[in-house]
Amino acid sequence: MLSKKVSSSHSVPFWRDVRVLRVMGQVVFLVIIAAGILWLLNNLQVNLRACGLRISFNFLRNTAGFPISEGLRYNPTDVHGYAFWVGIVNTIRISLIGIALTTIIGTVVGIARLSSNWLVKKLAGLYVEVVRNIPLLVQLFFWYFAVMLTALPMVKNSIRLPGSIYLTRRGVYLPWITLAESFGTWAWYIIGGLVVAIAVYVFRRIQLKRAERPGFPIIWAGTILILILGAGWFLTPGNPLALTIPVLKRFNFEGGLWLSTSFTSLLIGLSVYTGAFIAEIVRAGILAISRGQTEAARAVGLKKAHVLRLVVLPQALRVIIPPLASQYLNLTKNSSLAILIGYYDLMNVGTTIFNQTGRAVEMIMLIMASYLTMSLLTSLLMNYYNRRMKLVER
Amino acid sequence: MTNDEGIIIYRDVHKWYGDFHVLRGITFTMQKGEVVVICGPSGSGKSTCIRTINRLEEHQRGQIIVDGIELTNDLRNIEAIRREVGIVFQQFNLFPHLTALQNVSLAPFWVLKMRKSKAEEAAMKLLERVGIPEQAQKYPAQLSGGQQQRVAIARALAMTPKIMLFDEPTSALDPEMIKEVLDVMRNLARSGMTMIVITHEMGFAREVADRIIFFDYGQLVEENTPEEFFHNPKHERTKLFLSQILDY
Ligand SMILES: Nc1ncnc2c1ncn2[C@@H]1O[C@H](COP(=O)(O)OP(=O)(O)OP(=O)(O)O)[C@@H](O)[C@H]1O
Ligand SMILES: [Mg+2]
Repeated sequence: MLSKKVSSSHSVPFWRDVRVLRVMGQVVFLVIIAAGILWLLNNLQVNLRACGLRISFNFLRNTAGFPISEGLRYNPTDVHGYAFWVGIVNTIRISLIGIALTTIIGTVVGIARLSSNWLVKKLAGLYVEVVRNIPLLVQLFFWYFAVMLTALPMVKNSIRLPGSIYLTRRGVYLPWITLAESFGTWAWYIIGGLVVAIAVYVFRRIQLKRAERPGFPIIWAGTILILILGAGWFLTPGNPLALTIPVLKRFNFEGGLWLSTSFTSLLIGLSVYTGAFIAEIVRAGILAISRGQTEAARAVGLKKAHVLRLVVLPQALRVIIPPLASQYLNLTKNSSLAILIGYYDLMNVGTTIFNQTGRAVEMIMLIMASYLTMSLLTSLLMNYYNRRMKLVER
Repeated sequence: MTNDEGIIIYRDVHKWYGDFHVLRGITFTMQKGEVVVICGPSGSGKSTCIRTINRLEEHQRGQIIVDGIELTNDLRNIEAIRREVGIVFQQFNLFPHLTALQNVSLAPFWVLKMRKSKAEEAAMKLLERVGIPEQAQKYPAQLSGGQQQRVAIARALAMTPKIMLFDEPTSALDPEMIKEVLDVMRNLARSGMTMIVITHEMGFAREVADRIIFFDYGQLVEENTPEEFFHNPKHERTKLFLSQILDY
């Protein structure tokens, strides 16, 4: 009786074996996907041939002929390929600066939403609700047309903010740091300082490890680096860095840093929009740590800074980082809306090229590949970071 | 100041949460090695009271002196006292990102500046003492409630405190785990530790406590030996409380 009920694993026919089925499922799925892609490619080629077209990237070597008003140094006589590269760099520029800005906005607002001050809390909540519920494109138009191009004055009557910052219809002018002649000398201190700081870091780490003592070697390294840079600054004849301040000349400002109207509205629009989402992520991250955690840490005698570094941050970051990364990716991808307010990002340049050359398929492929590369690189970095966090803690 | 008067001196302590008067003039003293059980109805201020002893809550009037150090806003005093007072919470509050061993050795390493190997050795000894050396490398989420609470006790003991506070250490536990935690606490009491325990485990109170303090509406209503407390309560409110808790 008994032996009949217990059937051993060999006797399972393969069409009922879960392990075999799992592998089979994968294989079937792969085959279907591959077949689909092949079919599409084949179709594409047939259709292109019918129109007398062939996929080719030779047009990238032809002269572009259209102007790009900001970014890398560029001439309309440069080739399409280079024009596209200028667009890519502009996309990277807006994304990186936007990510920095939106992180600051999001963190501040996220913390403000948890504030015990009623007004601060309500204002932060209002910001999140309003910004999250208006389409990004509408917000970009608001910043571009309503604020930058209408509300702001002409160059002559520009609004002056403290610190020589000028707001005008032509964009924003800021003081900026430029390298002076003696920078070359100071650069040696930078290199030397970095080498020494890294050496100190490694040495201190090994020392701590050997002595089995707690500590943050990065603080030592940072202090040494600042000391060396400071000493270098005083020992270098003349100032290695110079500040240029925008000054109003006959028609326009000269000196300083110019942020174009399109760039400024895109930057503010993207950062404000994404910041609302990041605020929610930060808030959730902080709320995820119960008050009991800080209490327990304080009760065993840890100092406030140690409580933050050893107990709160490791837990909060684990909750915050993955969704934060996807917001960074969103900001980067959303920057393709630049085309609608005249910023020369890769989408804008890319479509201009395909309008001129008619090379739609190739350009769309290039544009997609560019965004994909940037996104994958970001994901890779984030995954690496996540894995490290896991290794340390789990 | 000498410690002759007591290791914990609580003199006419008041505390308010906004308008709400939580502690209404509490006075008691504890001697070294004493075990005091605090009981009383929910919301009567028991937790608040013991949390003022290591300054997780501030008191607003009166005087609290722990081992000769008065609790004021002086950060140095607060840190000194926290090193002498361990606390165990109802919800364990273990650090979920650290193993049991790391939970226990964290403070000795960072606060007492012990060598890592020494701190871990000591942590291991403590885990043995609470009966779970084999769980050292596990994370809190992988442990049962009773095991977690025992790690929490080891974590508090790792700072070699002179006083241990327990805030309902067994109320979040399943019945079969309560005993293992109470056993650890009983051994601790036998070893001469000064302890304040908030608990509804009346059997434990009867067996281990030197004194029982009864709280109601932020006031210390009755203070008595277990014998007297259970068989001969002085106050009506104590009688009522006991009849409720012993009935069920
Ligand atoms: N942070 C706070 N803010 C305002 N009121 C509080 C706060 N913490 C506690 N209280 C109130 O103080 C009173 C006493 O709380 P406490 O936690 O000390 O009671 P308890 O005797 O420990 O009760 P329990 O047995 O339920 O744990 C309760 O009425 C509670 O609502
Ligand atoms: Mg309580």
